[in-house]
Amino acid sequence: MDIEEAVSRTGKGTFEARARAHRAADGGFSRLTAAAAALVLVLLGGVVAALVAGAAPALGRFGGGFLTSISWNPVTGQFGALPALAGTLITSAIAMLVAVPLSFGVTFFLTELCPHRLRRPIGTAIELLAAIPSIIYGIWGLFVLVPLMQAHVEPVLTRLLGPLPLIGALFQGAPYGIGLLTAGLVLAGMVLPYAATVMCDAFEQVPAAFRESAYALGCTRLEVVRAVVIPYSRRSIVGGVMLGLGRALGETMAVTFVIGNAHRLSASLLAPGTTIAATLANEFTEASGGLYTSALLALGLVLLGISLAVLATAKLMLRRDTPAGGRPR
Amino acid sequence: MTAPGSAGKIEVRGLRFYYGTFEALRGVDLAIPDRSVTAIIGPSGCGKSTLLRVFNRIYALYPGQRAHGTVLMDGTDILDDAVDVTRLRARVGMVFQKPTPFPMSIYDNIAFGMRLYERLGRADMDERVESALRKAGLWAEVKDKLRQSGLSLSGGQQQRLCIARAIAVRPEVILLDEPASALDPVSASHIENLVCELRRDYCIVIVTHNLQQAARTSDYTAFMFLGELVEFGHTDLVFTRPRDPRTQQYVTGRFG
Amino acid sequence: MRPRPRLPSRPPLRLTMRRARNAVAIALASAATAIALAFLAAVLWALVARGAAALDLDVFLRSTPPPGAAGGLANALTGSLLLTAAAILAAAPLGILAGTYLAEIGPASPLARSARFVNDLLLSAPSIVVGLFVYQAMVVPAGHFSGWAGAAALAVIALPIIVHTTENTLGLVPDTLREAAAALGAPRWKAVVAVTWRAASQGILTGVLLAVARISGETAPLLFTALNNQFWSANLNRPLANLPVVIFQFAMSPYDDWRDLAWAGALLITAAVLALNILARLAAGRRREAP
Repeated sequence: MDIEEAVSRTGKGTFEARARAHRAADGGFSRLTAAAAALVLVLLGGVVAALVAGAAPALGRFGGGFLTSISWNPVTGQFGALPALAGTLITSAIAMLVAVPLSFGVTFFLTELCPHRLRRPIGTAIELLAAIPSIIYGIWGLFVLVPLMQAHVEPVLTRLLGPLPLIGALFQGAPYGIGLLTAGLVLAGMVLPYAATVMCDAFEQVPAAFRESAYALGCTRLEVVRAVVIPYSRRSIVGGVMLGLGRALGETMAVTFVIGNAHRLSASLLAPGTTIAATLANEFTEASGGLYTSALLALGLVLLGISLAVLATAKLMLRRDTPAGGRPR
Repeated sequence: MTAPGSAGKIEVRGLRFYYGTFEALRGVDLAIPDRSVTAIIGPSGCGKSTLLRVFNRIYALYPGQRAHGTVLMDGTDILDDAVDVTRLRARVGMVFQKPTPFPMSIYDNIAFGMRLYERLGRADMDERVESALRKAGLWAEVKDKLRQSGLSLSGGQQQRLCIARAIAVRPEVILLDEPASALDPVSASHIENLVCELRRDYCIVIVTHNLQQAARTSDYTAFMFLGELVEFGHTDLVFTRPRDPRTQQYVTGRFG
Repeated sequence: MRPRPRLPSRPPLRLTMRRARNAVAIALASAATAIALAFLAAVLWALVARGAAALDLDVFLRSTPPPGAAGGLANALTGSLLLTAAAILAAAPLGILAGTYLAEIGPASPLARSARFVNDLLLSAPSIVVGLFVYQAMVVPAGHFSGWAGAAALAVIALPIIVHTTENTLGLVPDTLREAAAALGAPRWKAVVAVTWRAASQGILTGVLLAVARISGETAPLLFTALNNQFWSANLNRPLANLPVVIFQFAMSPYDDWRDLAWAGALLITAAVLALNILARLAAGRRREAP
């Protein structure tokens, strides 16, 4: 039996027409999905373009001085990014200093120490921590953490660490409760679950045979992690930390509630400050347009640049292997 | 090589196959007769599945897999770029090692292929579904649960569902890639009986590493080794009086 | 001549040190986990304690009040539901199509490589910047804040999540299923729509639910897009009240009534987000039982 016969049996017209329709639909479907994929690129391009266009007047006026000037005065039309930029970097640094060791501890606990039946509930709890919207951390920080910091933590820090040389300067001033340190701590709480989740994934990638052979040599748990697990998953750990840093730099709501929104540079971590994201959240709708709005958009552009650089580094560290020839086109 | 006394439904001439730069088939010549079962045997990696996957050009789903040479099906070269692969595949059914029921009802699994190229009324469709399931020996077991998911069936039933699905589109050639190797012995013998029953209506090509299965089910046997076709002929001759020492060693269980 | 070594009655100093160091590490790791869990407990406790106290029927029935008056969050709840629904209706089809391109149509193409990378960037990009983008692209040209702008901003946040989960889930569908569809003569679009999508439907649904969870608490991108509206409104062409922005404004205010409402809203959002996450887990879990 030959193809033409088979076709005539079911009606040649139908078969041909169907085959043609399928071919056309295939082309259409491929183009539709490609357009959707291209939309992802267009979106990032649009974000960059919109910010560059909006920031142009301010950047044209202040030039490179925008990044180094500390004055931020809408009344006189002087805008410098340094206080907000410094606040962004300092709060993120505090967050990473606190969150990285903690998430490392959580990872060590979950992957090497935890009794099996506790592992799932605790792991789930950590993941839920990541799911809670940042505004919840913000409101919690404002009403729970700030009074605590003001009444108990900050006075103690000032008394104990204030007299010390060098680092003493970081803990001077009246205990407001709000400020860079509090913001950094709230951020740490936000970053912790992200970093811990990525690290847990990385630790679990280590082949069991490696781990077991180290235990067989008589290594303690700590030694197994240090000698086998960390070297094996070093890239992923760094990638996870960078990913957390990317989140911390751009986080808005968790910070805005507790930072104090003060455009000034202060040596003390207890002093109110601001971050780029918090400045935008607090001032953008009040900005009268013109240079003020443009300066805020320029701040956004700076934030976007830093975040994308950090996130791109994180992605390169955590690179997902692109599908090779094994998958259908 | 040509089986004695038969015209080839599929004629393979100088077929070479590449996975990237690796040459998996090194010039295969073969004529597979219609309305019979041809088994392809050989040790793992000999190219038997690769050969099967050329007959419906399923390999073309993957970039980097290429076939060179000529494969005539009823005189038309199916490797020609002008051939519409979806139409080719509608003529050539295929059943895989693991059952591949689609995540839809038993009825829709069977109807899926038919709906692609035919416009059938409700009654015609019901009739064709029933006849396909009957041919696959599954009708009695599923006639009361045609609306249930195909995934709810046992492994052996799923494999017969896949055979019914392939039959339903009225193919001329059916390719079976180790169709029973993932099944329990009872289900496997079900499939073997089914293959024997279908042999008079189709050109069936079955890849297997189970020599007994090849001996029981096939009319012709091709033995492949390291990407080459070593021997092809009537199954009883290949098993009892192999011409090539490598075939002899393989069918007597010296290697593989 | 050296004395013959004796079996030590006590472990040698080196081993003791190793054990001690190990014990310290274990203690620190356990403490870190305890801190993380205590943090979660503290946040949830504050939410329940302060949110539940402020939660009553009025919260659902009345709109946001002026300072000092009684009221509820009805307008904000309506607005949030509208914004989230509009955003997901736009982002889900686009995200599923884009994820399908990355997984099925052209996984190794230059477009897929760059879109995959950029999508991963968008996944973690600062959401407030997305707000700025939509402000520039929609609010400025229109001349006013609007619900549509807010929905667009949320859609931009949701899209990369859906793209990412769709691609990953489709990657889990065994190739044999694609081959089986192709072997019947199915064209690629038919194989994808009728077979691959269906096989991956639970995972795709999980991605959409996670995206809903994520955007229902997003605040920053709404601040300069949907803005806020003191009154009940379902008009997406005008500024639209929404829960996160109301929480932000009320919590930062000096009025106790407003702060109480902020806590009530925070509890509602958290409950919704956690419920969505649990739903998503259930959907993903059911997938695992299927083939």
